[in-house]
Amino acid sequence: MPTPSPDLIVRARGLKRVYKSRKALIEAVRGIDIDVRRGEIVGFLGPNGAGKTTTLKMLCTLLEPTGGEAQVAGCDLLTDPEGVRRRIGYVSQSGGTLGDALAGNEVVDHARLYGIPKRTAIERGKALLAALDLEGIWDRKCNALSGGQRRRLDIVMGLIHEPELVFLDEPSTGLDPQSRANLWDHIRKLRDDLGTTVFITTHYMDEADQLADRILIIDHGEIVATGTQEELKKRVSGDAVTLTLADAEKAEVAAGLLGELPGADAPIIEDAVVHLHVPDGGAALPAILRLLDRNAIEIAGVAVKRPTLDDVFLTLTGRSLRDEAA
Amino acid sequence: MRFLSDTYVVFLRALRLSLTNPTWMFISIMQPILYLTLFGPLLLEVAKTPGFPAGDAWQVFVPGLLVQLGIFGTAFVGFGIIAEWRSGVIDRMLVTPASRWALIGGRVLHDTLLVIVQGLILLGAAYVMGLRVPWSVVVVGLFVVGLLGAAFSALSYAAALSLKSENAFAPLVNMFALPILLLSGILLPMSLAPFWLRIVSDANPIKHVVEGLRAVFRGEIASPETAIGVVVALGFLLLGAWLGVRVFKAQTK
Repeated sequence: MPTPSPDLIVRARGLKRVYKSRKALIEAVRGIDIDVRRGEIVGFLGPNGAGKTTTLKMLCTLLEPTGGEAQVAGCDLLTDPEGVRRRIGYVSQSGGTLGDALAGNEVVDHARLYGIPKRTAIERGKALLAALDLEGIWDRKCNALSGGQRRRLDIVMGLIHEPELVFLDEPSTGLDPQSRANLWDHIRKLRDDLGTTVFITTHYMDEADQLADRILIIDHGEIVATGTQEELKKRVSGDAVTLTLADAEKAEVAAGLLGELPGADAPIIEDAVVHLHVPDGGAALPAILRLLDRNAIEIAGVAVKRPTLDDVFLTLTGRSLRDEAA
Repeated sequence: MRFLSDTYVVFLRALRLSLTNPTWMFISIMQPILYLTLFGPLLLEVAKTPGFPAGDAWQVFVPGLLVQLGIFGTAFVGFGIIAEWRSGVIDRMLVTPASRWALIGGRVLHDTLLVIVQGLILLGAAYVMGLRVPWSVVVVGLFVVGLLGAAFSALSYAAALSLKSENAFAPLVNMFALPILLLSGILLPMSLAPFWLRIVSDANPIKHVVEGLRAVFRGEIASPETAIGVVVALGFLLLGAWLGVRVFKAQTK
């Protein structure tokens, strides 16, 4: 049994989950390795159905792995789930408060399930609510709160026992842009002020890009890439050129022609849209337009941009993440 | 004791949620009273027919109502846990180190307390209508109501949490409720039934709880019927506790 490195707060090896449906076995997570260092904000990125939530639930003791092993916050996931539970916080995608319950009561009751005395729970709850700009909601019913407030209340509950590691499952889903930016600030503060390690799943590229120190990309139950944003973006050579053709049937021909350009990678076709990467997008554009014009391929739109995580995902999986996002 | 304090926290949370719902409280108090006032007078007439068991009409009718209260006062609590599961409360509690027994135990305790209070109201109303029994009978009666309430509350949570759908849970409860009600002699004693129906009803364990409680209300507390009734009720409680904890633990499997 290897001793876990002291600065690794999560160390999973060959973690696997197979669901049994009527006749088939569905491999939701196919034996993945995950390392998270103390004090990191790690973004766990992937389209819906990639296995993000399944992985997260396994690491939080909410779902038994069907294979593999993991140490979470110094405790073995399989032999000491209670130790893991004491040390981690979990904020589910679907929230965790009952609409009819008063916010303050839910916070205190949750704290007491960790063995925290009532008085400490009230003090800590009020301080956390204040820190997340939720003063004055103590006596309000949870269903009277706005989406953003309720999401932050969920996070307060996940932090009430001062966990060293907190798992956030799609925390900004359904929030308006302002609430999202606000939530990101709070998550950053969590790490900067309290030193909490944050493991956050998302299917939003910008969320992972802005928030995380490091990103794990999961697709079809497998980790397809890990690294910092910069490391991942370097995998995409050059600038992204996106061409929308007037006629989808000509996409194959166009892709064939464009792939011949000096330094270009293999173009990816999505209906009438052709994606490719070239070393210098701005300089290559006139040549691209002339080439297509000569071959009587009409262009409806064109865009050139610096590589984003979305391009990374596209390069790795051949699909665009945005289209998968619900 | 972590288990006890966790149970207490879950119990108190459930109680607070019930107390903030006055409509629901009103309905649960009114129900036994409605049965007594709208169905009791009919029974006084039926009690004159031959074949009606010993004891006055109230001594026959009230034990039946108590059993009915124990079962149907808690059989529908599963709807609440589906709502809690859907809003993420169950997962949120499962991720704490709290004992799995406490997570269901606290809820069952709350439901049990409520049916005992309802039972007390029922007995109070029955006293007003003319029931006269000693205090020992009241205590045993409420004890049996509590046993049944705890058992069926646990069974209801187990069924609801494994189905996770109101649309599947409602027909399931109805499927069990109607035969249990009709074949237990809760409303009319089975001594009035034709032979074949009496045989069929013997297979219904709840019938024996009703018979046992009727014996208690006749003043025969130390009778074999009473013992059988209490043992059957205890059996349901054990089954409910076992299934309930099993289902709670299966949530993370």
